[in-house]
Amino acid sequence: MATTTLIPCGDFKTSYGSDTTIFPTVTSRNFAILGVVLLLAAPAFLDRFWLNQLIQIGYLGIAALGLNILVGFTGQISIGHSAFFGFGAFASAWLNNRWGIPVWACIPLAALMTTAVGMVFGVPAARLKGLYLAIATLAAQYILQDFFARADWFTGGVAGTIAMPLELFGFAFDTDHSYFYVVLVYMVVMYILATNLMRSRDGRALVAVRDHYLSAEIMGINLTKYRTMAFGLSAFYAGMGGALYAHYLQFVSVEGFTILFSIQFLGMIIIGGLGSIMGSLMGTAFMVLLPELMQYLTTALSGTAIDQALNLREAVAFLREMAIGIVIILFLVFEPDGLAHRWKQIKAYWKLYPFSH
Amino acid sequence: MQLLLQLLINGLIVGALYGVVAMSFVLIYKASRIVNFAQGEFLLIGAWTCWWLLTSWQLPFWIGFPITLVFMLVFGVILQVVVLRPMIGEPIISVIMVTIGLSIVFQALMKWMFGVFAKPFPPIFASPTMNVFGLEVQTVYVVSLVISLLIMAGFGWFFKYSRMGLAMRATAWDQQVAQSLGISVRQMFAMSWAISAMVSAVAGVTVGVVNGVSSALSFFGIKVFPAVILGGLDSVIGAVLGGLIVGLLENLAHYVDSQWLNWGNMYEIAPFYVLIAILMVKPYGLFGTKDIERV
Repeated sequence: MATTTLIPCGDFKTSYGSDTTIFPTVTSRNFAILGVVLLLAAPAFLDRFWLNQLIQIGYLGIAALGLNILVGFTGQISIGHSAFFGFGAFASAWLNNRWGIPVWACIPLAALMTTAVGMVFGVPAARLKGLYLAIATLAAQYILQDFFARADWFTGGVAGTIAMPLELFGFAFDTDHSYFYVVLVYMVVMYILATNLMRSRDGRALVAVRDHYLSAEIMGINLTKYRTMAFGLSAFYAGMGGALYAHYLQFVSVEGFTILFSIQFLGMIIIGGLGSIMGSLMGTAFMVLLPELMQYLTTALSGTAIDQALNLREAVAFLREMAIGIVIILFLVFEPDGLAHRWKQIKAYWKLYPFSH
Repeated sequence: MQLLLQLLINGLIVGALYGVVAMSFVLIYKASRIVNFAQGEFLLIGAWTCWWLLTSWQLPFWIGFPITLVFMLVFGVILQVVVLRPMIGEPIISVIMVTIGLSIVFQALMKWMFGVFAKPFPPIFASPTMNVFGLEVQTVYVVSLVISLLIMAGFGWFFKYSRMGLAMRATAWDQQVAQSLGISVRQMFAMSWAISAMVSAVAGVTVGVVNGVSSALSFFGIKVFPAVILGGLDSVIGAVLGGLIVGLLENLAHYVDSQWLNWGNMYEIAPFYVLIAILMVKPYGLFGTKDIERV
């Protein structure tokens, strides 16, 4: 069926360059630009609640994209992503508080520091594959979590640490309305960078490692290099997302970066679609809005027989956790290619509307 | 010295329990090549079921416990048939994620049904502690050590002599050949999950009797990974040894920490450092099958 992008009639590619542009068609490029323009105007119309959701989708989406580069494109499993996300958050706050580096410089620097940490854990990854790797990253998750609780000089220990708001030319981005633009800029830049990476030699090498690492190695792709690189890249994105998170909340506590959060990241890319750039964003949106949906359902059901039988109001925290697990399982069983695939099918349906064959 | 000895005995006993859980983990892995991240939840579910039977229904232990085991047997089969069977042939990440999803669901479900606080088991043994070589040891721990050894011996017998155990080994060796010899591979998969769930529940109940039942039990499922990696993912003997080593090691780390280092939390975290080190040096563990894959 229509799984690849549908190219309009007469739009022939005559060179490899034109076949690997960032946007496959002119229309898709225009729509992407339109989307960004609409988002630019969004703070004028939306209230704080929705802006908050969008900002969350933004910084989590950046981190999820990093995980998708590692899991979806390179085929390496990581169950420790939230630890890297947290490391980025602490690193940015620490750079700012301890060394007085301005926040706008802290965010990329924190991402680089996280990359270094990711590379350290990526070294065993270069030798491992499949489930051994999954277990190694699980260990990384617990070791980093322990480090957060232990390293008072870095994270403030159990008390947590304060992160200053982002300031640029004397203007502080400390409200939802202004910070929205910061996240938007970072998100657009990081997503374009990732798309660019995937149409370059290195990106194709990553995909080759995923599809058949033996063949990839025979073709001259350095497995160790690319596996470590994928780990570094994913940590870079996670650190970036974490830093944005820190300066948005202006407070980082050591408790947040648990294995459940890591699993949520994995859920995002599975729901969105493994190996799909825009899928990462869709999956993140889904995962961020899921608790709201649960809240809505609970409110809608309150007072009914189901509510009285199950005592939903008290159970809502557990229901959210369960929903994450159930959604992951349902997507894996019924829609393993994620929302991105479904979106393509919807597009294909409308393009081919009256004659779908 | 007294403390060290006490800790070593604790380590041996907890290590034996790790060994039992690791063994049931390896059982699933060997039979169906599925890494079960929900192993800890088996302990949790088993312990809560037994607790519920003993407190709400006021059943004596010797009735409640077998009912728990039967329940876990059925639960394992249902889980495999409903959730895991459709995943046969899917890529490894999907299967891993399904078990991770299951683990979240069960953990939240158990918290929802039984609350977040640890609840003590009704007393089962007449005297809570007993004297072993001049050391105070909880009776349950001694019994649990005996149970662990019994389970291990049972596993040994099962795989060596029983018809089903042999069929299971054949399935683990080569599914196609096993199928052509008339072994129902599907049945073996389901049975491996059932036995694994049941044996984990035994461990869960034992820990629950000692420490009370709470969601902390599911951390056993995470601690299993250092043990199985140490022993090699597909070796039953390796799992037992790995469990013992991890149990001793975390208590030793705790001792070293409490005597000299004072870093805190070494008990929890030391196995993971060991895990990383082993993966760097000897990724297939002490007894695991070496997968040679260099070009």
